[in-house]
Amino acid sequence: MKGSDAAVTENEKDIIKTDGIASEEEIAAKKREAAIDRRQKAYNATKSSTKQSTDDRGRKSKKQKEPREKITKKLLIRQRELIFITIPFILYGLLFYYIPLGGWVMAFQKYKPKDGLLGSKWVGMDVFVRLFSDDVFIGVIRNTLMMGIINLVLSFVFAIGFALLLNEVRLKLPKKFAQTVSYLPHFLSWIIVVGIVRDMLSMDSGIVNEILVGIGILKEPMNFFGQPNLFWWVVGFSNVWKETGWNSIIYLAAITAINPDMYEAASLDGAGRFGKMWYVTLPGIKATIFILLLINVGNILNVGFELQYLLKNGLVQSVADTIDIYVLKWGISQGDFSLGTAAGIFKSAVSIILIFLANSASKAAGEERLF
Amino acid sequence: MQNVELEPKTEDFKPKKLRRKKFRPADVIFVVINTLILTLAVVITLYPILNTLAVSFNDGLDALRGGIYLLPRKFSLKNYETVFQMDNLLTGARNSVLRTVIASVLHLSVTALLAYVLSIKEFVFRKPVSMFFVMTMYVSAGLIPTFLLFRELSLTNTFWVYVIPGIISAFNLLVLRTYMNGLPDSLRESAQIDGANHLTIFLKIYVPICKPVFATVALFIAVWHWSSWFDNMIYNPRDTNLTTLQFELMKLLSSVSSQTSSGNAYGNTTQSVAITPGSIRAAATIVTSMPIVVLYPFLQRYFITGLSIGGVKE
Repeated sequence: MKGSDAAVTENEKDIIKTDGIASEEEIAAKKREAAIDRRQKAYNATKSSTKQSTDDRGRKSKKQKEPREKITKKLLIRQRELIFITIPFILYGLLFYYIPLGGWVMAFQKYKPKDGLLGSKWVGMDVFVRLFSDDVFIGVIRNTLMMGIINLVLSFVFAIGFALLLNEVRLKLPKKFAQTVSYLPHFLSWIIVVGIVRDMLSMDSGIVNEILVGIGILKEPMNFFGQPNLFWWVVGFSNVWKETGWNSIIYLAAITAINPDMYEAASLDGAGRFGKMWYVTLPGIKATIFILLLINVGNILNVGFELQYLLKNGLVQSVADTIDIYVLKWGISQGDFSLGTAAGIFKSAVSIILIFLANSASKAAGEERLF
Repeated sequence: MQNVELEPKTEDFKPKKLRRKKFRPADVIFVVINTLILTLAVVITLYPILNTLAVSFNDGLDALRGGIYLLPRKFSLKNYETVFQMDNLLTGARNSVLRTVIASVLHLSVTALLAYVLSIKEFVFRKPVSMFFVMTMYVSAGLIPTFLLFRELSLTNTFWVYVIPGIISAFNLLVLRTYMNGLPDSLRESAQIDGANHLTIFLKIYVPICKPVFATVALFIAVWHWSSWFDNMIYNPRDTNLTTLQFELMKLLSSVSSQTSSGNAYGNTTQSVAITPGSIRAAATIVTSMPIVVLYPFLQRYFITGLSIGGVKE
């Protein structure tokens, strides 16, 4: 941008030098022409960049359509080393990722460890019927879904906002400092984060209560962990505290890929700093936002269990239990493997359905998609 | 499209806008607000950690009175002395260090070799094998079947349950493969012409080149293992020899929250007057997070590249 600025002023000087006798109107006309020219250039640049990206896409799809090489004996022999290397990996993957899927039959059995998977009695969908007639489980689904949505929205808004604002900092050192500090909480474990959240929100010496009482929002310290209607937000903002900086990395990377000419074009249109951020940077990372949104929609039920497990207490139990905690409680602690497995299957199934739904919705809207 | 091209000519043009103004009130307001927001963000991020640091260096009973912010009021090293004398914390630290080191080396080297194989474009089974592992990102059997499998394999109640499962994570695999895909094929082909086999090429050519992305993935793995306590609770709940640092920290945390335990519960009875569960936890928190917190700023540029290449799909 600096370079082009210099060029502009030189250009203007030129105009004034060569046309020393020219009237002001003429100078204005020349300036106008120069501006139109520059605008045109900037526009062309953006056009060519979009053209290039569509070209890339074209190339990609061509690659996929390439006829598959026929698997011949000769080829297999030539690649025997690669195949030998791959075999242990496949075995490992089968053992640790795919064989456990066979355990899903437990959800259709009255599984007893002493009878094993093959000897246990088949009960059809009974376990699922039992699961869904349990009001606690319905509440658990609601908690998981609500916390998932709150987490998703908060983490997106904060990470994108942070990336946008940080990108506007022109001074290198403060920017680097803010960035480095923002990654710090990601490296702390949930155990530590929960300890910190408890300290900050505690009733007797927590800074949050002190501030809220100090400025008169609250009359007396509040017990944040005893309020069922606040629990989801405590979870959501704990997540924001821990992961905002980390999540912003990817947006910052996407921002660096935006064509600088776009900013110049925006300045010519009279956009200020905020305008450029809002109308150039934000649309510039739209594709990244969509992709990440798609991935995260599929993960919405994976709100985890660490945070909720560590933060919950008797007062908020009814809103704190997630599917994972339910599985842990019924499956591991109570030993009801069938019920635990059924709840787990439900979660996996919903995740997969959500991914496909989000993907096709995005496809219909003409946006990026995962597959 | 033509519209856009013509637009500048038809518009009533204002030459004023040509020169970039040095001073725009709106921009100044924007910069001020931006600085305020980001400063607030930095303060909110740093304060809790600095506060924990202050409490950890403060006399335990004195800390109970509250009012400690950024600096200790009654300086004391008792908390740290106590922490370093707690046997279960030391065992936990040993196990945590061991599992972090073993897992980082093992998982990284194994995943990298697989990534190398899957980055070779002419490999016939490239696609199916990639799919085989990418699928595991979306479909997982869940806790119970996994638990039963580990029990069948006699992994429970051993140290190995920390490092054997999860050797190949699909995400790390994609990060490594994407990086290797970006390397020129000629690198491998020329070595092949010289008669090198794939293992040699991987070790002698790819490993040195891929150091930056290896640092990233090693960091991901290390952070995961250093922070994890769930596997400890599920698979090795009773054996105190297999405890990890985070699990011990969790026990401290729950003892603080239940408010039933007194300072006496923690080892040294002669010092129990000066220490409290809260201050012990603060010290343990600082000790536990030190290794990674000191390390990460140096690895920053690596994990930024790693996330940027691997974060979005492939």
